[in-house]
Amino acid sequence: MHRTKLFDHVILMMGVFFMVGPLLVALMTSSHEAAEIHRNGLSILPGGHFVETYTKVLTKEGGFTGKITGVRMMMNSLILGIGFAAGKIILSMLAAYALVYFRFRFATITFWMIFTTLLLPLEVRILPSYEVMNTLKLTNTYTGLIVPLLASATGTFYFRQFFKSIPDELLEAARIDGAGPFKFFIDVIVPLSKTMIAAIFIIMFVYGWNQYLWPTLMTTDESFFTLVRGIKQILLVWVGSNIPDYNEAFALAILAMVPPVMIVMIFQRWFIKGLTESDK
Amino acid sequence: MAAINITNVSKIYAGGVEAVKSVSIDIADGEFIVLVGPSGCGKSTLLRMVAGLEAISRGTVEIGDRVINDVEPAERDIAMVFQNYALYPHMTVYNNLAYGLKNRGTPKAEIDARVAEAARMLEIEQYLTRKPRALSGGQRQRVAMGRAIVRKPAAFLFDEPLSNLDAKLRVSMRGEIKQLQKRLGTTSLYVTHDQLEAMTLADRLVVLNGGQIEQIGRPLDVYHTPASTFVASFIGSPAMNLLRGTREGTQLHFGSQVLDLGRAPAFPGPVTVGIRAEDLRIASTGEPSLTLKVEYIEELGAQRLVHGTVDGKKLTASLSPEIGISETLSLSIAPERLHFFDADTGKRLAQPFDASATKRETAQTLEMAAG
Repeated sequence: MHRTKLFDHVILMMGVFFMVGPLLVALMTSSHEAAEIHRNGLSILPGGHFVETYTKVLTKEGGFTGKITGVRMMMNSLILGIGFAAGKIILSMLAAYALVYFRFRFATITFWMIFTTLLLPLEVRILPSYEVMNTLKLTNTYTGLIVPLLASATGTFYFRQFFKSIPDELLEAARIDGAGPFKFFIDVIVPLSKTMIAAIFIIMFVYGWNQYLWPTLMTTDESFFTLVRGIKQILLVWVGSNIPDYNEAFALAILAMVPPVMIVMIFQRWFIKGLTESDK
Repeated sequence: MAAINITNVSKIYAGGVEAVKSVSIDIADGEFIVLVGPSGCGKSTLLRMVAGLEAISRGTVEIGDRVINDVEPAERDIAMVFQNYALYPHMTVYNNLAYGLKNRGTPKAEIDARVAEAARMLEIEQYLTRKPRALSGGQRQRVAMGRAIVRKPAAFLFDEPLSNLDAKLRVSMRGEIKQLQKRLGTTSLYVTHDQLEAMTLADRLVVLNGGQIEQIGRPLDVYHTPASTFVASFIGSPAMNLLRGTREGTQLHFGSQVLDLGRAPAFPGPVTVGIRAEDLRIASTGEPSLTLKVEYIEELGAQRLVHGTVDGKKLTASLSPEIGISETLSLSIAPERLHFFDADTGKRLAQPFDASATKRETAQTLEMAAG
């Protein structure tokens, strides 16, 4: 047994400090008034305007058209995050299922081709993607926001590796038990992949939630704005003698962090299981 | 329940490798057939072709007078037990048993009845709500068998079902499989590389080597009259001793040692002689004998395996533990216990002695070589 020594604690505490410190500062600073922050800088002590700031951020109708609220932005982010995660999981599971269980010609080559092209970051194909969406008149829609980013190399890769680790005998037993390809997928593969799905869901949700560039391009209608864009929007007003609403920006940043953190916390147990343990 | 007829079945893989070469086996209704052979002999491939998990390259497989070459596995009316059990890990034992029936649209009440019956038969009733993860190896194996039983198929296919169990459990499960098969009377095809399993389970066993059938027969027939040196060395533990000898007149020469058969064998010149370890006994004083130079001894309790050499060739004798062991032993054997195989092809020489040859029962005369 390893006995935890003082030095170990120091390392852990430093980790906690670096991880939690900035969050704490952001939370505390958000409870001060904008002018105060402008004057005194960041603070680690709570100010008196906590409820006030957060209510304002969530419900105030702002933006250029004055119609977008924090709640609305949060909704958009959620739709984007969940749509992303769910879509990516469904798509990559089906792709991986086909790649692993159907012996079609050049399956491996096809896989690696898809894999390498998708490994290219979004920014590389952002113009053609936008062009396509624009032609399809899908700008300023949720479909346009979500669908072009659904194909996932990492997801397909994870599921492919996972399916490969499922013993062949299971498929053979299912065939003898009279399960066709679809039944086998639903009755055996999907339940077996539960932990894997949870893990991918977390990763993809956070990825979708944090998207900035693509939503910026795709949506001009403010009712489609996400939280991440909202933060940026607040800071943009720094023209002339205007002071940006720092407190609101910090509050939004904190709010933007809550759902991903909650998702991770809820799915954590499965997440670790999915990445480390095989349930076979 | 049905007969299975395998006719000239071959499996040729892409690349031209012929894993199974024109194998024909007729399995009667209710018979327990064991396919046995070393790894890579094509026994599993053959079983999987019957199951429908591998395509049949050539030949036909009939189950109950129906050619099933192009029939889906689920439609073949067979059930299979896998080596690693292949239970669905996320389903309870009950659902594992019921899954195949559900897929066939069996009414709920009948599923319940059949699962209950199988569970009672295999004594797994108290585990029905558990997941396979929470079961021991033996219990999992029972569930795998149960999954086969509930289907009430025309044939059971077993693919080395006991290989993952420990030795003790294997023996008891072996007995259970045998009893169960007798009780249900379902035609069974069983694959194993364990000759002991093959001997104890089979009504008839099929010895395969290199994708071809070496011998088909009842276990004792195969044991007592192996068709080739391969079968002789594969079936039986310890393996049959095979010695190269040369016939000269009525005598067999093993290097410097000579065995007088007392009559002229029908074969000429060189021959492979097979001797079961348990057929060797200590020669009484003055009785002619082979001299065994003892190398090491394996104590099995009931008997003692003495390993040594006769004129530089390995020989194993199974002797009673009461007999004292010295550095050399004089061993004799009744000549009718000897097996003769063609020195080149390894095939059994069916009638080593001419019918006309004089029969002298005191035939064995083992002489020391001159010198």
